[in-house]
Amino acid sequence: MESSTGVLVIGGGSTGTGIARDLAMRGVDVTLVEKGNLTHGTTGRMHGLLHSGGRYAVSDQESAKECIIENRVLRDIASHCVEMTGGLFVQRPQDSDEYFQKKLEGCRECDIPAEVLSPEEAREVEPYLAEDIERAIKVPDGAIDPFRLCVANAVSTENHGGRIETHAPVTDVLLEDGEVVGVEVTHESGPGKRVHGKEGQKEKIYADHVVNAAGAWTGRIGDMAGVDIEVRPSKGVMTVMNARQVDTVINRCKPKGDADIIVPHETAAILGTTDEEVEDPEDYAEEQWEVDLMIEELKELVPILDESRTLRSFWGVRPLYEPPDTGTEDATDITRQFFLLDHEDRDDLTGMTTIVGGKFTTYRMMAEQLSDHVCERLGIDAECRTAEVPLPGSENTEVLDDAMDRFGLRSPIARRSKQRLGSRAEEVLDVDGPNPVVCQCEGVTRAELEDAIDQSGTDLNAVRLRTRASMGNCQGGFCSRAMADLLHPEYEEAIAREAYDELFQERWKGERHALWGEQLSQAMLNYALHATTLNADADPARLGQDVDFAAFDGGEFDSVERTERGADAVATDGGHDGN
Amino acid sequence: MAIEDDVLVIGGGLAGIAAAVGAHEQGARVRLVSHKQSTMRQASGLIDLLGYTPNGDGPVVDPFEAIEELPEGHPYERAGLDAVRAAMDMFDDATGEMYAGSHTDKNALVPTHGGAIKPTARYPDSAAPGIASAHGDTLFVGFDSMIEFDAPVAADHLAATGVPYETDGATIEFPGNLRDDAKVTRFAHLLDRDDEVAVDGTTMPVRTALAERVKEHIDGHDRVGFPAVLGDDNAAEVRAELADKLGASVFEVPMGPPSLPGLRLEDRLYEYLHEIGVRVSTGNPIVDVEQANGEIDRVVGDHTGREVPYKAQQYILATGGLVGKGIDSDREGVYEPVFDCHVPHPADRYDWFEDGAFDDHEFARFGVPVDTELRPLDADNVPEFENLRAAGSVLGGYDFPSEKSGSGVSLATGYAAGELAGDRV
Repeated sequence: MESSTGVLVIGGGSTGTGIARDLAMRGVDVTLVEKGNLTHGTTGRMHGLLHSGGRYAVSDQESAKECIIENRVLRDIASHCVEMTGGLFVQRPQDSDEYFQKKLEGCRECDIPAEVLSPEEAREVEPYLAEDIERAIKVPDGAIDPFRLCVANAVSTENHGGRIETHAPVTDVLLEDGEVVGVEVTHESGPGKRVHGKEGQKEKIYADHVVNAAGAWTGRIGDMAGVDIEVRPSKGVMTVMNARQVDTVINRCKPKGDADIIVPHETAAILGTTDEEVEDPEDYAEEQWEVDLMIEELKELVPILDESRTLRSFWGVRPLYEPPDTGTEDATDITRQFFLLDHEDRDDLTGMTTIVGGKFTTYRMMAEQLSDHVCERLGIDAECRTAEVPLPGSENTEVLDDAMDRFGLRSPIARRSKQRLGSRAEEVLDVDGPNPVVCQCEGVTRAELEDAIDQSGTDLNAVRLRTRASMGNCQGGFCSRAMADLLHPEYEEAIAREAYDELFQERWKGERHALWGEQLSQAMLNYALHATTLNADADPARLGQDVDFAAFDGGEFDSVERTERGADAVATDGGHDGN
Repeated sequence: MAIEDDVLVIGGGLAGIAAAVGAHEQGARVRLVSHKQSTMRQASGLIDLLGYTPNGDGPVVDPFEAIEELPEGHPYERAGLDAVRAAMDMFDDATGEMYAGSHTDKNALVPTHGGAIKPTARYPDSAAPGIASAHGDTLFVGFDSMIEFDAPVAADHLAATGVPYETDGATIEFPGNLRDDAKVTRFAHLLDRDDEVAVDGTTMPVRTALAERVKEHIDGHDRVGFPAVLGDDNAAEVRAELADKLGASVFEVPMGPPSLPGLRLEDRLYEYLHEIGVRVSTGNPIVDVEQANGEIDRVVGDHTGREVPYKAQQYILATGGLVGKGIDSDREGVYEPVFDCHVPHPADRYDWFEDGAFDDHEFARFGVPVDTELRPLDADNVPEFENLRAAGSVLGGYDFPSEKSGSGVSLATGYAAGELAGDRV
């Protein structure tokens, strides 16, 4: 199978989808390929902080200035993905006055609105802050939903004629006469809309230019093209709390350190993070000390975290880039700036550009610069419009307040659905018949799930990321099977069953790191509901086991019936239909 | 002055109830105190004895045979096979016609609400016509506003397990304008009362209207299975009338929480306790324990802020496991919160679980170890208190979800602990 495109973008994270949208809006024929689902890599594994730039106002003012510019742009074009919580840099008694002053001045130098709050004023904003804090700096930090943002970028790409191909890992970079001419992908995993070709089928996609935006995996793509890209993956843990202990982003006001930030996110709060260099971006240890460190350190800022319920933990890998011969020993010292590697200039290999490093908040700016570069290479003269044109879902959210009643959605579910769907609410929720809530924890209705299934097929993790279903207290214990049932009858029962297994296992993977107290109790309940009530662990259909039905209790009157019907009526060999 | 009884049972689930009955049958004056709602509303209402052995063999045809083979330390081994049989007899007496399965030692296979099959020893009479190990072409019917049971999925899944008969599923609109998120009890009460509902511009009793809608799909099936919402107080009558109108047997498919069959069983068993004269106090946690000479002297209950002492000669701990909070934990360790009995567990929290959701988790076996008199043992294998016994999910050393042994262990160890305690007074 072969196809061709103008620009081929590798990587379905914020950078890749941002580039695809930018190019598509400039009229470029673009195809994006992603090995997993959208946000599979680093983007799906971050805290969801929309930086004000305050975090970099002392150490890296260039980045800080970019952040505040893009912060303002995203509030505008991605309003349905952003919650402007505001942020505080909180000083504890042992944190230096000198650094506090530097932070304040740094913010002002970078055009970041910053205001000093007394401890009383800070606790008025956040009542659970520790009693002994000295003071705080208020900045316009926010929370952003990276899943919704990437999906919106992908949808916009498609609306402009681009192609988005998920679950299609690049298995080769195509080279002809020392030039990159495209990639080969292998379509993998289950049926449905996840696969456009046949499962397992290889597709050669020829392109005028290839963009390597594979994040922590850029080095692997480089290897396939025969160029050396020294990515140094660094892992960080994030711990999800079941409630918003704070409604504002809380940063510790001190030079870089582990476990110094809390981001309120939808119904949860996310604690982060660590910074540990790893060898392999797909295989690294997820350790107890990292989880414990989050709680131990951050309870210094917000003491109730110590007794709060933890839902799960997840790890992300930063695609830090080490320019050649820099020789940085400590991974935490590697710069957070992004780099655009034109392989023609750098390696004498035409046809491919790599973008690596950078920050989520500035993804759009990165995409703009990369797209400018690619357009220049291809001789395309087109303006970037991504800073002005709202993403799908963010065009017009005001009209929704009135429209919600028509869909029979109950508050607070109505409010939540509207926030999630933005201006798409009307088209998604306008269904015939009842629209029950499937995920009680997050208030997600069947119509939203069916819409997400339309977008992403049988991959329930992609459905989860679009809707937040299964991401609340019960971690899918109550809703994962019901979510899978929605795949039927479009997909056969065996596929729905596999999708349920996959989602349930994925939920378990993160929950393992929160197994004490309430969440251990929840885990035992989930295990009991799925293994006992549903017998999902020993289900003969899953195990491919033959069962001798006739050997079991056939009911009080069954022995009579069996005699009357004769032996033929009953399968005695345990085979299907007695055959 | 304390409230005085011979035997005090702490915990109001299946184990606590069985313990109260066991002690009562020995002639003791018994009181049962429980804190929160029991976890029975979270259970399917099926009584599983043993569906799979600890090493995963199964489904087991004869659970009694398999119980004899269990290793030392398993709660069934501690209580003994005679206690298991006696407890099941007690259960059959207490529930009467409400439960079936006592005619044979064999497990039945029942369809779950996901469509898998599960081995169980006793099943509600409402589920009896639907057991998967009995022959009969089966139609599942679900309601479009109810996400807990998707009938076509369940039917296809049941077929995939290899049942030797036809299965089909249909989703219909439940008659009467129930809101989208109506609770299961709302369906049940409508059917109990057979209320008039508006259908296609006219009104008719809801059972009639429901049967009319199902008829279109009946297509010669021998039996029709609904989600477990077919009445509460008049459940048998609702099923009989539907069966009559449909010309097929009618049954319920057990579901997850909140589970009507679980609630019905709980109601029946509390009624039984009342009939035999066991005193019951609910809604009050035990907050303090006083001991003397290695024995429990008395315990203190919290009645909305007022402390009420309870005194007995013998005590039974039946507060549940991790789900019911009879076993609790924090980042440092695992503990039993009422008497602070020893709960063995690995020191490293990352040894409590395995990587896959259905792997062999250590946490599933968390609980107190007991001797063959069901007395909790400390770290040196010495009974914690001479007059304290434990029963049900608070016991350690077994993985009830994988074995499908939860209700059986609760009944057997509860009843045995009750008998032993009653015998000592």
